[in-house]
Amino acid sequence: MIFDIDKETMPREELEKLQLKRLKQLCEKVYANVPFYTKKFKELGIEPKDIKSLSDLSKLPFTEKQDLRNHYPFGLFAVSRENIVRIHSSSGTTGKATVVGYTKRDIKNWADMMARSFAIAGATPADSIHNAYGYGLFTGGLGVHYGAEALGATIIPMSGGATRRQIMVIKDFGATVLCCTPSYALYLYETGKEMGIDFRELPLKTGIFGAEPWTESMRREIEDKLNIKALDIYGLSEIMGPGVAMECAEAQDGLHIMEDHFLPEIINPETGEPVEPGEVGELVITTLTKEGIPLIRYRTRDLTKLNYTPCRCGRTLARMQRVTGRSDDMLIIRGVNVFPSQIESILIETEGLSPHYMLEIHRDGNLDILTVKVEVAGTTFSDEIKNLQTLERKIQRNIKEFLGVTARIKLVEPKSIERSAGKAQRIVDLRNENQ
Amino acid sequence: MKCDQLSIFLENRSGRLAEVTRLLSEAKVNIRALSLADTSDFGILRLIVSDFETAQKVLKDAGFTVGKTTVVAVVVNDKPGGLHSLLDMLRDSSINVEYMYAFVQQSGDSAVIIFRFDRTEQAIELLTEKNIPMIPSDELCKL
Repeated sequence: MIFDIDKETMPREELEKLQLKRLKQLCEKVYANVPFYTKKFKELGIEPKDIKSLSDLSKLPFTEKQDLRNHYPFGLFAVSRENIVRIHSSSGTTGKATVVGYTKRDIKNWADMMARSFAIAGATPADSIHNAYGYGLFTGGLGVHYGAEALGATIIPMSGGATRRQIMVIKDFGATVLCCTPSYALYLYETGKEMGIDFRELPLKTGIFGAEPWTESMRREIEDKLNIKALDIYGLSEIMGPGVAMECAEAQDGLHIMEDHFLPEIINPETGEPVEPGEVGELVITTLTKEGIPLIRYRTRDLTKLNYTPCRCGRTLARMQRVTGRSDDMLIIRGVNVFPSQIESILIETEGLSPHYMLEIHRDGNLDILTVKVEVAGTTFSDEIKNLQTLERKIQRNIKEFLGVTARIKLVEPKSIERSAGKAQRIVDLRNENQ
Repeated sequence: MKCDQLSIFLENRSGRLAEVTRLLSEAKVNIRALSLADTSDFGILRLIVSDFETAQKVLKDAGFTVGKTTVVAVVVNDKPGGLHSLLDMLRDSSINVEYMYAFVQQSGDSAVIIFRFDRTEQAIELLTEKNIPMIPSDELCKL
């Protein structure tokens, strides 16, 4: 089933016409209503009327996450507050939170795009959707919720946590579609096993997984263990939330971007220049229809590539490859954003530990494991094991408290972490090793 | 009656211990007693050496994290119950042993136990009071 057959199967020429029309309107709108953009346009010596074709997009300024932070909370809103019907926000763990506001129409569009996403995944109004994404300022829970209702399916609004209860509900209510992070899906499976519940015998048939990077091998594992089709969903709160792009059940080969609403580009993260077609680079999104907080050329920092070849599912919407990494150094560990700089400040605040540290991430079974290597030196050294272990626990507790991530702490000898003259290499991410 | 013990932080990697012994060997420092406490990730090597200052310097210069700890070397009779009566005495005075390690002297009838106490001063006082022989630092290094 295709939820919006007109838009999702539009011939490319027609789609590009629509995109251009919307892009022009967008430029007019932000130029008139968002001082941040007025200023940026003027600095670049351009006006909305200079946008005559889609290729003129590269004349427009980028928008960065930092721009949202600098205008915290509502500085980039393009409509008055009375037209904003909902606020979402990032957790703000990396500094100021990024706040986004949605108008009634934004919510409607989002719900429609999420409904499309469910249909892309093969869901129909006859399905029961178990939603284990958190409800709240995080966009996951409510995004999925409204989308399921727009589709006309049955939504089971579980939110996160209480794993045993989740399993009981999945079983008793007979959910056919599961929405959560991929690692949580495997955790559900393991817990179900302990409870004597075999997921293969449940009516679940599809899983829609997002909010953290995952691999092909993990997909195979989920599909095998839960006996479902596991599909990737993409979204980010600055742009909309879940449903910006969705992988189709037919091809399982890239995520269809809702191109009538979002104009994607791939750039070289270093130079900001477009990459050759089909090459991997940073995804940049321009929101074509958003009213509350429209963004021009928003740098997602997610690395991917685009595929414009027609898909066998019948949709003409371009497909983005599964996100394989980040152009900045942000780590997503079990769905939580972690920046090395945060770890650094925690270490420094924990009894003046050395700022020399290394983050290693690997996957143990189904879980992301973060190991923080910290150099032991001078005042932090003790000749008693128990004191060093207390120190390890203290670091672990602080990281857990501030970032919400459980890390393994490994004390290492001084100078054992490589020093470099340039930007220090703080991360060893081994999660994609076996992809 | 206090003795200086060298404590060295070691990652559990092959060759780290050998690096320590190499440096000491080149500096002509003799190891009198040693103990290695370990976890899965790291270990702490504790040494009584013939020349504390030199050992500390060469290890520090080589980038090791080195600590100095005050320990007490106690002589106990090398016979059943020798250690027990000592520990009994410490318990009665509520002195806690953080860790200890032993070596048997070549002469035969007594053993030397290196103690790290939680209250070193009080422990020395008690041992002196009870006429328990301790080995002074300079003697220990020459043993």
